[in-house]
Amino acid sequence: MNTLLLLTPLAAPLLAAALYAAFGWRRATAHADTAAAALILAAGIALAVRVMRHGSIDLLGGWLRADPLAAFMLMGIGTIALLAAATSPAYLAAAHGPDAEPGQITAAANRRYGALVACFLAAMSAGALAGNLGLAWIAIEATTIVTAFLVGHTGTRAAVEAAWKYTVICSVGIALALLGIIVLYAAARHAGLSESAALDFRTLAAHAHALDPAVTRMATALMILGFGAKAGLAPLHAWLPDAHSQAPAPVSALMSGVLLPVAFIQILRVKTIADDALGAGFTRALLLTMGLSALALAALLLIAQRDYKRMLAYSTMEHMGLVTVGAAIGSRLAMAAVFLHIAGHGLAKAVAFITSGHIQHAEHTTRIDQVKALAARQPVVAGIFAAALLALLGFPPFSLFASELALARAGFAAGLGWPVAAAFTLILIALAALVTHTAAMLLGNPEGGGRPAASDALNLTARTPLITALVAVGALGISAWPISSLIATAAQGGAR
Amino acid sequence: MNGDAELLDLAAGAFLLAAVGVLWRRDLTAQTSLLAVQGFALAAIAVILGADQAHPELYAVAAGVGLLRGAVLPALMRRAVAARATDRETRPLMNVGASLLSAAVLVLLAYAVSQPLVRLLGTASARALPMGLAVALIGLLILVTRRKALSQITGFLLLDNGITAIAFLAAAGVPLLVELGVSFDLLLAVLVLRVLTTRMRALFGDTDLDDLRELHD
Repeated sequence: MNTLLLLTPLAAPLLAAALYAAFGWRRATAHADTAAAALILAAGIALAVRVMRHGSIDLLGGWLRADPLAAFMLMGIGTIALLAAATSPAYLAAAHGPDAEPGQITAAANRRYGALVACFLAAMSAGALAGNLGLAWIAIEATTIVTAFLVGHTGTRAAVEAAWKYTVICSVGIALALLGIIVLYAAARHAGLSESAALDFRTLAAHAHALDPAVTRMATALMILGFGAKAGLAPLHAWLPDAHSQAPAPVSALMSGVLLPVAFIQILRVKTIADDALGAGFTRALLLTMGLSALALAALLLIAQRDYKRMLAYSTMEHMGLVTVGAAIGSRLAMAAVFLHIAGHGLAKAVAFITSGHIQHAEHTTRIDQVKALAARQPVVAGIFAAALLALLGFPPFSLFASELALARAGFAAGLGWPVAAAFTLILIALAALVTHTAAMLLGNPEGGGRPAASDALNLTARTPLITALVAVGALGISAWPISSLIATAAQGGAR
Repeated sequence: MNGDAELLDLAAGAFLLAAVGVLWRRDLTAQTSLLAVQGFALAAIAVILGADQAHPELYAVAAGVGLLRGAVLPALMRRAVAARATDRETRPLMNVGASLLSAAVLVLLAYAVSQPLVRLLGTASARALPMGLAVALIGLLILVTRRKALSQITGFLLLDNGITAIAFLAAAGVPLLVELGVSFDLLLAVLVLRVLTTRMRALFGDTDLDDLRELHD
């Protein structure tokens, strides 16, 4: 049973990918990704229950390991993938236009889309379940490789450019992480660990005190920088706005909602080892610097932003920055808030990106100043977009309000008042920028220069998953009971 | 043992020289040949370590490394170079003299930075380790200062070769399964970049990264 549960999140999407490769994108296969996502979610929930009852589960000699953190990430991957996959058929249909011939090119592009999204899900599941630094590295690099063509899906100049930058920057970042892993491996072998144990997260954490501090410091810095590139943290963040703005909307949703957090939890796993070997000061300083610089960059670039998909991308960078500051605080309260924030942000940002795809198709532009009076012309789309942004800005009752409040409290309790105050000042700047830009898109007089009302408003099947997700974010804000004990246990594992 | 250590230094020296050569030559064909030389030097390092430490598994790894980094990846690059009109790096951000000078600085930096690791391990092979790090740093330098898309792939390959060399010299390679996964990922990443350069050439004409100006804030 455990074997089945641990292998399902990898096997189900790979099977879906094989289906697309064999049969292409048809009416019968269009929801294979959705089915795979549902299976990942189901496996995540089942694993969460078992892990909470019986402790973590190892498979294949510890290469795959389900602990509370992994189960939490799997649930996140399943939920957001469900949202993205359920809205993908509508997105692809609209992307090719109502009058586009269902010709050879479209069919090939759609087949590739379906297969690559499925592989992407498998790679992220592997990243969540990795019990070993080597597998974690391979999984994260694999996400870069399969998403490169998803970013370049539309085949325009801008899309190919974004795909190029994405592949080069993320590959370089992850190469730095590999160097860090090798250095840590050398230190662990020198400390007497066997070949197979020297990359295992749990064994490394247990023997952290035996690692040479100077070498471990070097390895930690390299790994955090490297995995940080994939988590959208400075200094290797430049791929993020380009890739998010050019990728198809459901893929942007997956990248923002789960890919970045999956890379981020590798940082947390590295931090657990490093803190035992070096004390909390080293990773704290590193993470505070990276988190605050991501926040500062995002806030500055949000102010003059002209493209609403890039705006959402920078907002993601802002939230990852905040989460990183939370990890730097590192107390149990802070870590629980970090996980709640990752869940709430993932859902809300996925809704925002998917809605932005609808706006893009209806308005034929991604420029903020060319979209006006959306609230009057497309009330449903505008309403969902506005609600998602309110959630992202941290307004109650959405869960981001609760998690930001908890992060602030944890920061002051840990004596990190100044950095936390700086972080929230930057968040306020970002909030002001986001409100201004969004208001310009949504409000205004429909006669005053806006385009005529688009006929294809969001239909019921496209609208239901989005509204459900927003309700879920709101419900998490009022009571996190379905996941609170899981989050608390995961936080206990990561906190010191 | 002593002879082995000398051989190892020789191979590591050739490995580093190939990287400096890539930095020196602007001709993309010559760069590709140097990459092949470097791949074989890397395989030689693995063979010498395998003989030294009686570690027969390393022979298989060496064969794989030689095949992938000495033959397959350079061949992929060569085909890409053959398909393009101009095969010189015309406008790098740094001239040759400055590049070579920076390489010297990077080698010194590599020696300084890797001291803790060399001191910890204290083996003969670990003393050659800074050369691997120097190659990785030179790869980064090429990535930052060269503008042709193909030169950037070269830089990426240098970075990766350097890291693999460090893995051999510091710990006689990472576990075989991880090594396989890493190599497979590297191959795929280069293939992805190859496909993207082809697409970029179809869309932009030549693939000078300066033409990538669509996306900015």
